[in-house]
Amino acid sequence: MSSSTDLETAKQQAQDQLDQHACEMVQRHFHESTGCPFWLQKKQELGFDPLTEVRCYEDLKKFPLFEDEWLRGGPVERWRMKDMSDRPTYVFETGGTTGIPKSRVVVDDFRTDYELFSDTLPDEYFPKGANWLMLGPSGPRRLRLAVEHLAQYRGGICFCIDLDPRWVVKLIKHGWTEQIEAYKNHCIDQAITILTAGHDIQCMFATPKLLDYLCLALEDRGTSLVELGVKGIFSGGTEFTPQWTRYAVEELLGGPASEGGVYMTPTYGNTLMGLACSKPITAEDGYKISYYAPQPRAVTEVVSFDDPGSVVGYGETGRVKLTTLTPEFFVPGFLERDEGERERPFELYPWDGVSGVRPFHQLATSTTVGVY
Amino acid sequence: MIDIPVMRWGKPYESLEKAEVIHFETGEPIASVSQANGGLLARDMKKSDRARQLLREFSIDDLIERAARAADLFENETLPLGNGTQSADEFVTHQSASTGLPEAMCRSNMKKNSFVLRNMGQILDCLTRGLPREILSRGYGVESRDVTVSYQAQASVLGAVLPSNSPGVHTLWLPVIPLQFGLVLKPGSSEPWTAYRVASAFEQVGIPSEAIGLYPGGHDVGATLLTSCRRSMVFGSEKTVNQYAGDPRVQVHGPGFSKIFLGEDCVDRWEEFIDLMVESVYINGGRSCINCSTIFAPRHTVEIAQALAERLGPIEPLPTTDPEAGLAAFTTPGVGAAVWNMVEEDLQAAGVTDCTAEYGERLVDRERYSYLRPVVAHAENPDCAIVSKEFMFPFATVANCPQSEMIKKAGPTLVGTAITEDPDWMDQLTAATNIDRLNIGPIATNRLNWLQPHEGNLIDFLFRSRAYQVALQDTPLS
Repeated sequence: MSSSTDLETAKQQAQDQLDQHACEMVQRHFHESTGCPFWLQKKQELGFDPLTEVRCYEDLKKFPLFEDEWLRGGPVERWRMKDMSDRPTYVFETGGTTGIPKSRVVVDDFRTDYELFSDTLPDEYFPKGANWLMLGPSGPRRLRLAVEHLAQYRGGICFCIDLDPRWVVKLIKHGWTEQIEAYKNHCIDQAITILTAGHDIQCMFATPKLLDYLCLALEDRGTSLVELGVKGIFSGGTEFTPQWTRYAVEELLGGPASEGGVYMTPTYGNTLMGLACSKPITAEDGYKISYYAPQPRAVTEVVSFDDPGSVVGYGETGRVKLTTLTPEFFVPGFLERDEGERERPFELYPWDGVSGVRPFHQLATSTTVGVY
Repeated sequence: MIDIPVMRWGKPYESLEKAEVIHFETGEPIASVSQANGGLLARDMKKSDRARQLLREFSIDDLIERAARAADLFENETLPLGNGTQSADEFVTHQSASTGLPEAMCRSNMKKNSFVLRNMGQILDCLTRGLPREILSRGYGVESRDVTVSYQAQASVLGAVLPSNSPGVHTLWLPVIPLQFGLVLKPGSSEPWTAYRVASAFEQVGIPSEAIGLYPGGHDVGATLLTSCRRSMVFGSEKTVNQYAGDPRVQVHGPGFSKIFLGEDCVDRWEEFIDLMVESVYINGGRSCINCSTIFAPRHTVEIAQALAERLGPIEPLPTTDPEAGLAAFTTPGVGAAVWNMVEEDLQAAGVTDCTAEYGERLVDRERYSYLRPVVAHAENPDCAIVSKEFMFPFATVANCPQSEMIKKAGPTLVGTAITEDPDWMDQLTAATNIDRLNIGPIATNRLNWLQPHEGNLIDFLFRSRAYQVALQDTPLS
């Protein structure tokens, strides 16, 4: 059988799996015995019965687009699945610089997502049992606990820093450049203290900006991540562009991992979805970054700016649309604040991906990205 | 299409991210400019000391002589640019096409820049007030009056976040290389031309290319430049000015709010000064900070405003190639309309008269760009909001104001031309701290004498005068 036939078969299998999973999740979220109060109430307004009229992924288009404003404010219990209400529950928040933040309740999702992500990490660069540094936001954020769980799942211990991104946004809005600089240095000092304290840290999460600052600060001290023994980093954010990746590989991380540099893999995700992995990045491919969602738990599509129900052609630009289908959270089509190009399936991820992710051009001017 | 790389201390760097410089009328790309990222610049800044080390291998006199040769190349010759070359005529065409400035203005700004390069010796004499150059070069020395003086360099390089729409401002940073400081420039997104051409001309005359860095890019590059350079310039709006006010590392160049003051003793002869007023408001498309935005007079203000409106009101946009073109286009769609909305709001306030209203619509809106035709307003008193406004097109308010209140009501003023022969008032004007460049007598606000220090003296910014003692045999103890 040719590789193209293999890919076609894999695509079909993935689609079948997605259809079945979508159907199961809708049954779960809209059944009186399991569903959360929010969706059970919403069901009354839908004008169709999800339990009988959703038979495949495509049928999810019958739902109106998810509005993340629904996540703002309480009572947060309306999002708890009936059959999970006795389980220890976390609440994670997004943004929150002004007004009431959006919140999402989680029981197991962040652990499941990061365990699945863990399976994609090469052991050579993320050794099992190695300790981690989480160089990212702290506070009521999914990322902080998720990275810690990832480290623990892989047999290591995770060190963290204190970083309040809401304060950073305020500093930026006020234009307090001196304080921004001081806060940045405060974060980097914490990281360097941990990295040089003999904890044998070999793996890290870092946002692009903090990784940049950290590497420059280490260079000022006459050392580098390679010298300190860091082998693998995973990172994320819309400022993760091909140019930035190239710059990081060539100038911050000691060259490509195959030539002794630190391995770095970009990711794309947020509190609403799991973690989309990147197709392996190479210099030969112009450091192009293409993300693939963890189907069937989450799906990303690139849709027309004018018609969110219509997927654009391969290579064409559109807005990123997210669908989350986990046993504890249901998001039937949410328009992300990002845009990008639709990418073709390939062997590792036989479903659509998205490349060139960047802030949605119509919202870009009003959004502060990459604050930490 | 020209491919313009980032220049990392003389080394071209082709980025994976590029921004196109486009023709404002047709939208056709003129150049593709590699975009740096903030981290890249921050890393390169670690090597900035080398720029000054290299330049100090030349004497200041030698660098002045090379700057003069660079002036000729800049003004007349075909110079390397990115993956190709650019002739002097192409420079003018490109600059006009990307900024919306008429070609004649581009050529005039080009001459202004080459004038400064060519006369660098005199310019430095004016900036240093005649200090022997070797004192700056060596850091200390003995003046003619036999006093040891020391000027301590406060940085190795000067950084500058350059504007996209005012090619005339480049004169401010041109003396930096002859002063033996490196340059780190973030060119404006639609005006990369001058920075690259000056760097190219400098390289042709043997000034080390490692002394200059050119980092086109987004906001993060500008922010990194301002935080990583110990001395830098930024050009921007009033908001930018406020943001960096009080930061000793940053010299901010924002709106000029330049003004003409007609004194009690001269105002009755106002007709003699109309040409001067027209020039001050209209020259360079009204885009410069040295363009006059307010004219204060104690009487005859209605007649003055009407006379100005009669001269400026009928002016219409002309093709950029027309030697008579005097208006510059707003090259970002919607900006002209947005500016006009602001002007219109001020014009509707009580006590304000739109004197150019009878000369037809001011906003000329096209699909990709727009023009604003000159506006002359009359304000019954200096407290009308419009009196303190400045816009990027020929715009002026003639405000009725008693002479005794003019200085106080003027507010921040980059260039103030006071037409008076009254010694008492001249004395008050000289003492006024809100006026930067002061012209006494009928001098148009745009007529800068290059032998006077510019706004924010570069020497004061780059050097610090300090105590310096050398233990010699006969050094007296104080």
